[in-house]
Amino acid sequence: MAKKSVKKTVGVRGKATSGSKKKSARGSGKVRNGKGGDAGEKILGLAEMVVSQIGAAENPSLSIPIRSLSNVSFNARKRIIEMGDNTSNRPFFDLGNAKRFMQTMLMSSELLKLQDQAKTTSIRDMFYHCKHTIEGTREETFDGQDESDPVIEDLEVTLGVLREELRVFANPGGSMVGPMTIRDAGDEIELSRMGSGGWAVPSIVEPGVIEFLKTRAKFILLIEKAAVWMRFNEDRFWESHNCMIIHGGGQPPRGVRRLCHRMVYELGLPLYVLVDNDPWGYYIYSVVKQGSINLAFESARMAVPKARFIGMSSYDAAEFDLSPSVTIRLNDKDIARAKEIMAYPWFQDRRWQREIKHMLKLGVKLELEALSNKEFSFIADTYVPHKLKQAKWLD
Amino acid sequence: MHTDQDQQSLLFVESAELDSPVAAQSPAVMEKKVGKRKAVARKSTSNTKSTGKSNAPMTAERMASQQREISISEFFAKNRHLLGFDNKRKALLTTVKEAVDNSLDACEEARILPDLSICVTQLEGDDRFRVTVRDNGPGIVKSQIPNIFGKLLYGSKFHRLKMCRGQQGIGISAAGMYGLITTGRPISIRSRTSPRKPAHHYKLAIDTKKNRPDIMHDDEVEVDWPHGTEVSIDLVAAYNKGRQGIDEYIEQAAIANPHTRIQYMNPLGEEIVYDRGVDELPVETREIRPHPHGIELGTLLKMLKETERQQVGAFLQGEFSRVSATVCKKVCDEAGLTQRSWVKQIDSGTAERIYKAFQTVKIMAPPTDCLAPIGTQQILAGLLKGLKAEFYTASTRNPTVYRGNPFQVEVGLAFGGNLPSDGLARVIRFANRVPLLYQQSHCAIFRSVLDTNWRSYGVSQSSGALPGGPLVIMVHFASVWVPFTSESKEAIADYDEIRKEVGLAIRDCSRKLQTFIRRRKRTERESERRSVFFRYIPEVANALQAITGDAKDGLMERLNELARMRTELADREMDEHGQIIKRTRKDPLLDDSTVIVERETPADEHDESLFGGHEAKRMGKGVASKRKRKVSKKKRR
Repeated sequence: MAKKSVKKTVGVRGKATSGSKKKSARGSGKVRNGKGGDAGEKILGLAEMVVSQIGAAENPSLSIPIRSLSNVSFNARKRIIEMGDNTSNRPFFDLGNAKRFMQTMLMSSELLKLQDQAKTTSIRDMFYHCKHTIEGTREETFDGQDESDPVIEDLEVTLGVLREELRVFANPGGSMVGPMTIRDAGDEIELSRMGSGGWAVPSIVEPGVIEFLKTRAKFILLIEKAAVWMRFNEDRFWESHNCMIIHGGGQPPRGVRRLCHRMVYELGLPLYVLVDNDPWGYYIYSVVKQGSINLAFESARMAVPKARFIGMSSYDAAEFDLSPSVTIRLNDKDIARAKEIMAYPWFQDRRWQREIKHMLKLGVKLELEALSNKEFSFIADTYVPHKLKQAKWLD
Repeated sequence: MHTDQDQQSLLFVESAELDSPVAAQSPAVMEKKVGKRKAVARKSTSNTKSTGKSNAPMTAERMASQQREISISEFFAKNRHLLGFDNKRKALLTTVKEAVDNSLDACEEARILPDLSICVTQLEGDDRFRVTVRDNGPGIVKSQIPNIFGKLLYGSKFHRLKMCRGQQGIGISAAGMYGLITTGRPISIRSRTSPRKPAHHYKLAIDTKKNRPDIMHDDEVEVDWPHGTEVSIDLVAAYNKGRQGIDEYIEQAAIANPHTRIQYMNPLGEEIVYDRGVDELPVETREIRPHPHGIELGTLLKMLKETERQQVGAFLQGEFSRVSATVCKKVCDEAGLTQRSWVKQIDSGTAERIYKAFQTVKIMAPPTDCLAPIGTQQILAGLLKGLKAEFYTASTRNPTVYRGNPFQVEVGLAFGGNLPSDGLARVIRFANRVPLLYQQSHCAIFRSVLDTNWRSYGVSQSSGALPGGPLVIMVHFASVWVPFTSESKEAIADYDEIRKEVGLAIRDCSRKLQTFIRRRKRTERESERRSVFFRYIPEVANALQAITGDAKDGLMERLNELARMRTELADREMDEHGQIIKRTRKDPLLDDSTVIVERETPADEHDESLFGGHEAKRMGKGVASKRKRKVSKKKRR
């Protein structure tokens, strides 16, 4: 639904803030009890801008930073993906944008209620909360969550606030164990005593919620899959190697990424990433390292440019003498995705190009579980320790 | 003029050949016929002796005894399909058509506003009808009546180049002949030339062998009309309502002749009156001399033989149009003659040289004041009266020439409204104001319609087919000589010039139609747009109120106003809704040649009008779906 015509503006965040500034300059003309906090102020600013546009008989419109590849750039110095200044205009009196505009305003008002009541909820909850039939029609305000989620993301970037600040979260996912003590919502938790399931990483892991108390860990191992993480936990890898082990269940959710970021920067721990040897694994690593295109505006607080890719590499099959029968042939989609990834500016490193080219040359991919072909605990006993010892990683 | 009895016998030989079932129903005729058969038998015995079925080889002498002249009446009596009497239904149409054509021509020539009364009644028997057509024309002089109605190829129109309906002088006498053949009853004519004189009443049969009228009855009668002619023909026919029937014919004739008042009584006893739409006769057309480009060598030879002029120069300048002194000199030079050469001395070789010179010398196009188009306004008036469409446009092309004959094309389009939208477009064709109902696919007009790329004008069309949708295309072809493909005058021959001209006229109109269709689509889009905005405005206003505390009502009011402003076009169209015809300056669509009618018809009213009506009735399914469409359209609004 995003408009194609891209307008370069100074940035809506500026606009939105100026709106809120205007509001604060006007003083407490509006009755707000202030419970909404910063996010609430910004929502108010946005709404007042729209009201003033209506007053001036203009076409009420929002200009929303574009969240797509066309508006992200790789900052080679910071080594993270950053969002550009391109915004798309979303006028209300435009057939293609009218509904989205209405949805954005509706979502804004409901998010403000959430701020005022100081509650935190899921984005699915927000979908149900905002969903109703438009009066006099059979049309729904939101037909599905696939319509409401982008509206929330739009608001995040437009208002320049974090999702956590808006008090909404996505489905949490991911677990962590390791020699560390934290305080989670006031409860002190010993992460080395979490049993087989580990500590479930919440969606919001901001300093106010999660605090690191003490740790003996020397590094963090981020594992792609829950099942492989279970192997490491059962073998008590974290104990023998003095590390934190964490998984994100595939593409790690925001909470896991943010937690890794905090551990890396607040505790100074190196981060190793263990993923499948396929284009999707490479991309998971790249999201952890540089940030994602869709959430480029959060890269600065999520990306870990220092993250190291420990495996699996396309050279591992030869190095560890894996049976050809555990490899999987690359399909057309894999090949297309691999070529796409090779073209990203943040994969231009010579070693990375070599790595991906080698995979394409072999024409096969490898799953982490392929290592179990040798022995059940080969991955935890031999593979990872070997890589760490030899310093065989990419970064 | 009373002819000998022998002629009658020949007539009934013809009727016997027809083995018509009608004959059996009429004992009087039967009796006569039997008698005549004997006569025939008697006659043929002499023939059989010499030629007949004997096995003796044919000799030139014997064959010579069989070789004789064929009269034109005989020929057409056998080949009546050439004149449009292929079947009972068409016979009725052709009969009415020929009578109406003659009446209108006569009235117009006498500069009398035509007032026709057409009456078709069913006689005893399923398929016997009587067609009576009366006009208020000048009437016919007594001595000419038998020739006009009782002789084929007798008329005033064949030898001149003038725009009129009739051409050959076959029509009405052929109809009379058909009636006579099928029912045995003669054609009845009553004609009065002046209120001071009584009317003559004739009953005529046609001697097909000699192509001569045979007067059966002749007297003077009192009638209640001051002048005019009434023809009455009994014939075997079939009456159908609907397409290609007399109802349709008369309706279309009324459109093409808005200056005519027609009172029509159909066989069911229903009377329909088409009132006069215009009180002016069409411009009087001039008769023109042939144009050198339009004649053939044979015609030239004939003209050379028949002319009274002595010298070639006088002949060329006097007998042809657009042959000036200069042109004449050039032609003579080219043909190796002088202007003083004697016409009498020209042999066929020289004539051929003249003919060739005609083709090479540049000669001005023939004068065009011999044409009287219906006129853009009159076409619109006719279409408006007859069709419940939404959009009407018409275009009259400038006159041009095919084979040296001036002609002019007019096109009218009607689109939308109550026209059936689920079928193909209808083409209605006229030649010199006469509706053409048959042989559509052989007609140059129809081919031009097919050749037009309707899709580029926003009308659907599958390849090689008529355009689809609620569209009626009316084309009028006016010329001093209409090149019909056959004597039944049903289709216009496919001359490149004609096809091109019709195509251009269609495109003139289609461009306007395209503008209209586009505009209507835009309007629909705009009102769709507006409805989207109106739908979301309360939600937006609610949300804003919840955030800023500004009053919702005020916001909504302002947003609604903005929405109206931004969908201005839709607004304008809706504001003037009640108005029937909108005219604004500057608008390319709304000049004199286009009329737009807003129609908001109740869903249950379907098209009863002349073009769509019968069709709609027949295709009940189509009507239902059309209604559905209307309803859903309303709902959207």
